[in-house]
Amino acid sequence: MFAQLRPALMILALMTIITGVIYPFVVTGIAQIVFPSQANASLIVQDDQVIGSARIGQSFDDPKYFWGRLSATAPFAYNAAASSGSNLGPLNPARAAAAQARIDALRDADPQNRAPIPVDLVTASGSGLDPHISIAAAMYQVPRVARARGLGNAQVQILVVRFTEDRQFGILGEPRVNVLQLNLALDVVK
Amino acid sequence: MTTFGVLQIVLYLVVLILLVKPLGAFMARVFQRERTILDPILRPVERVIYRLCGVTPDQEMDWKQYAFAVLAFNFLGLAAVYVIQRVQGFLPLNPTGLDAISPDSAWNTAVSFATNTNWQNYSGETTLSYFTQMCALTVQNFLSAATSMAMLAAIIRGFARSGDNAQTLGNFWFDLTRATLFVLMPLSIVLAFALVSQGVVQTFDSYITAPLVQATRDANGNPVTEQVIAVGPAASQIAIKQLGTNGGGFFNVNSAHPFENPTPFSNFLEMLAILLIPASLCYTFGKMVGDTRQGWALFAAMLIIFVALLTIAVWAESVPNPALSKLGIDQTASENQDGGNMEGKEIRFGIVNSALWATATTAASNGSVNSMHDSYLPLGGMVALIMMQLGEVIFGGVGSGLYGMFALVIVAVFIAGLMVGRTPEYLGKKIEAYEMKMASLAILIMPLIVLGFTAIALSLDVGRATILNPGAHGFSQVLYAFSSMGNNNGSAFAGLGVNTPFYNVLGGLAMLISRYWLSIPMLALAGSLARKKTIPPSAGTLPTHTPLFIGWLVAIVIIVAALNFIPALALGPIVEQLMLK
Repeated sequence: MFAQLRPALMILALMTIITGVIYPFVVTGIAQIVFPSQANASLIVQDDQVIGSARIGQSFDDPKYFWGRLSATAPFAYNAAASSGSNLGPLNPARAAAAQARIDALRDADPQNRAPIPVDLVTASGSGLDPHISIAAAMYQVPRVARARGLGNAQVQILVVRFTEDRQFGILGEPRVNVLQLNLALDVVK
Repeated sequence: MTTFGVLQIVLYLVVLILLVKPLGAFMARVFQRERTILDPILRPVERVIYRLCGVTPDQEMDWKQYAFAVLAFNFLGLAAVYVIQRVQGFLPLNPTGLDAISPDSAWNTAVSFATNTNWQNYSGETTLSYFTQMCALTVQNFLSAATSMAMLAAIIRGFARSGDNAQTLGNFWFDLTRATLFVLMPLSIVLAFALVSQGVVQTFDSYITAPLVQATRDANGNPVTEQVIAVGPAASQIAIKQLGTNGGGFFNVNSAHPFENPTPFSNFLEMLAILLIPASLCYTFGKMVGDTRQGWALFAAMLIIFVALLTIAVWAESVPNPALSKLGIDQTASENQDGGNMEGKEIRFGIVNSALWATATTAASNGSVNSMHDSYLPLGGMVALIMMQLGEVIFGGVGSGLYGMFALVIVAVFIAGLMVGRTPEYLGKKIEAYEMKMASLAILIMPLIVLGFTAIALSLDVGRATILNPGAHGFSQVLYAFSSMGNNNGSAFAGLGVNTPFYNVLGGLAMLISRYWLSIPMLALAGSLARKKTIPPSAGTLPTHTPLFIGWLVAIVIIVAALNFIPALALGPIVEQLMLK
């Protein structure tokens, strides 16, 4: 039986080289050539300066910006170096409290808006870094953003539509709006 | 359920079913050393490995030798993962300068990856260096999966071989090498590139620092003006963690992370990868025993339970959470939003893809997540719990799911035999006292571990101290943890703080017992079956490929789990559901 120890050790060593070194290095090498942007975090660059990743959300609470999902990352929201969900159970009072705090903030920033708030604006995402909101959540915020920037609702809506991603291949996933890209575009307009 | 929801589920199942036969047939050829399309590239590599390692692939092992080889190999792997974590501070590819992992955490992770559980007590981006991710975790992702597939191949040979000289089940090193090189590696390479094309990161560069568009404040009120974006060689690891039913994420939140699962298409591929190999192995089994109907019958039984529980999960997560309805929140599905229980879910996936993933990842013993199961409504979370408590046999882990199902098949034919008063047999092999003992061992140890360890944790202060959620949900968190580790799944109700010495040590024990207390009796059973003569079917034989038998097997699977776990479920998710109003 102990004759099996040599193959055990040797196969572990060889497989560590094949699966642990060669495999990731080959994949990285080719990925860097064929998909350089995707493999390097889909960064958004303005004036030679990296200002974020198109896939990673950021925290917004200024009325002139669209706001994203709640984020449970520590020690601050949307910490891209420490992803985390809230992990709050459905009956946990902390969940209702977090939702209530967001409702209050949304109502304070836009007292005239009496429409029911879409659920994704008052719930934390799984990653804490969700870059998207639903179309409903974007439309809900259009009047506030338009007013804060002195723009027309229609003008802001056009931008929302521009940064709306449809279901992939017309069937997969859900339609969604990229908050960071939308806000960057707003800053360009005004 | 929305129209698009139904469409996506149907598309997923159809693509999965279409792939079962080609991949299953290919894997049968791999394990039977028949010619495959990859031979010109891989045969030379294979030969070099055998020569360097002193392996003679024709030298067959009996079940004891096979089990010894498995144990020796897995414990060496476990030791390697442990040591690498403890000394990662001195090793290369550590751009963020991360320090050694604590002994109890390193032990838990080492067991977790060597046993194909991939329970994640660590937070990838904040604790593990690139070197550890690659040379410890990625390696075990391949090797623990290949070990399971090898054991399955050996156990199938026990059914397929007939009497006479058949003492042996094959050569472990041959099966292991072939599972890695011919099956896992090519699929991983293809999947990894597909994932990078969608935006999964794959780089050795250090984390990226960028200014924030709007400055924010941290928990202590200090201003935060820039962000650090964690990256790394993620795609190569994610590909194999999905294909090998491993599930340990590169990042803390696993496949909910936008860099681990950026688009609905990457999500579709990753979900497909969860069930691809376990489902296809059903066909491999049929092929290797010379009757593909037997493989399809097991596949059908698994699919029936899968679709039933999936329907419950999707429905449960689509309904509004009453606690939020009271606050006047719009949770109904419409053209502009998916609605439903969005806590812990990502917008790009929505309800259907989250619930589908949760069902698939707990059906297979994968354990990766694209949404936080802890925040599911009680019945949605219960589906995940039940899937694991069925014993990870609904597709299950690569290899381990199917040999776990064999134990239940043995019980099913045995009970059926008793009811009609005939000697039970399966695939022409008589099922006798020894086989029943081994099957019972494989089935009964799991509930003992899950329920026993849950009880221990709940009766001790150290076990209760790290429960996040109050009330019945807190109980569910602990039950989920041990259901997951006790079935080598690896997903979690992640609000439970498990990176403590208590949970690390006890959980490590649960993972070890459940892995080997299932696989070694099954190898013994196969060793016994191999020696038996195959009896040709007669008028009195119970056919095991008919709809009747499929229905019977489904009933046995459900009854065994229900007898074991309904009382525990009543204390957790069922109470919670009743409190929800």
